[in-house]
Amino acid sequence: MPEIHRNIEAKHGHPVLKGMEMALPVVLGYLTVGFAYGMLARNAGLSLLQSGLMSLIVYAGSAQLISVGLFAAGVPPLSIILTTFIVNIRHLLMSAALAPYFEQWRTMEKVAFGLELTDETFALHSSSFSMGMPAKATVFAVNITSQAAWIAGSLLGAVLSGQVADISTFGLDFALPAMFIALLVVQIKDYRHIVVAVTAGLLAVLLYVNGIDQWHVLMAASLAAGLGVLLWQPVQE
Amino acid sequence: MKIVLTLVGMALVTIAPRVLPLLLLSTRKLPGWLRTWLEYIPVAVLAAMLLPALMTMDGSINLASDNMFLWISIPCFVVAWRTRSLLGTVGTGLLLVMAARWLGW
Repeated sequence: MPEIHRNIEAKHGHPVLKGMEMALPVVLGYLTVGFAYGMLARNAGLSLLQSGLMSLIVYAGSAQLISVGLFAAGVPPLSIILTTFIVNIRHLLMSAALAPYFEQWRTMEKVAFGLELTDETFALHSSSFSMGMPAKATVFAVNITSQAAWIAGSLLGAVLSGQVADISTFGLDFALPAMFIALLVVQIKDYRHIVVAVTAGLLAVLLYVNGIDQWHVLMAASLAAGLGVLLWQPVQE
Repeated sequence: MKIVLTLVGMALVTIAPRVLPLLLLSTRKLPGWLRTWLEYIPVAVLAAMLLPALMTMDGSINLASDNMFLWISIPCFVVAWRTRSLLGTVGTGLLLVMAARWLGW
């Protein structure tokens, strides 16, 4: 266990530096995906300021990319907002799964943490928390570094929109899938986790290719975790 | 102005599901089955986000040789399993994708 801990988190250094180092794979992914978002946002008619504002206050990768398509198509605001809600509702599960770790935190700290909870920061935190709660400074450093990269990527893309660069050249479009692989693997503790993960993954694929491409994560993960409860009620203890 | 108001609406509906469970569930004693369920959520969510990204292309299942990410994910799983290193896994993936593209995959 200490072995895992040592590799997922930084080996030494200030808690803030530790968090920044943990966030590095997210930074690589966010700079590039953010860049693509920024370019598309400008093409859809958003100003530089509006493109950056969305990355600051919404901060949700797939929802932002989808909304840009809707803005470009002239879809009415309420419909864009509803779509965003549907795309982001999966974060309910992530927030709920992390909640037990926050018993000692102040309300404002919980809010500040939740604001920057994304698929990728969830992936980092869920594996790190399960090995022992890190310092608050580390937790917030992960979040702030990640969002800073997202905003920086968005603004760069928005500014350079038109002078297209191909982000796939450096394989960076694989940074986030590769990170999910590592964070999934380190959280597999025994065969029960493998059964739940494989069930969730295959279920998500089936839902996704059958047109349920917004609810698939929420549905597949809830059902697969439910299967885990039915099969093996107490995980440990 | 209409765009900015839309953005504010998008922010509110994004923030609610991120923050509310954290506020409502963190100080409550949860029943045992719910705690067990929540313990399975991280691996379930990660797998549910990952597998569609690896196993599908353009909205349908593709397990053929042209699905580069799927095949490159296999050595990444091996590296992750053996080293348990986040950066090692990401580095392996990036290098392999870069090399594969350079070779014309």
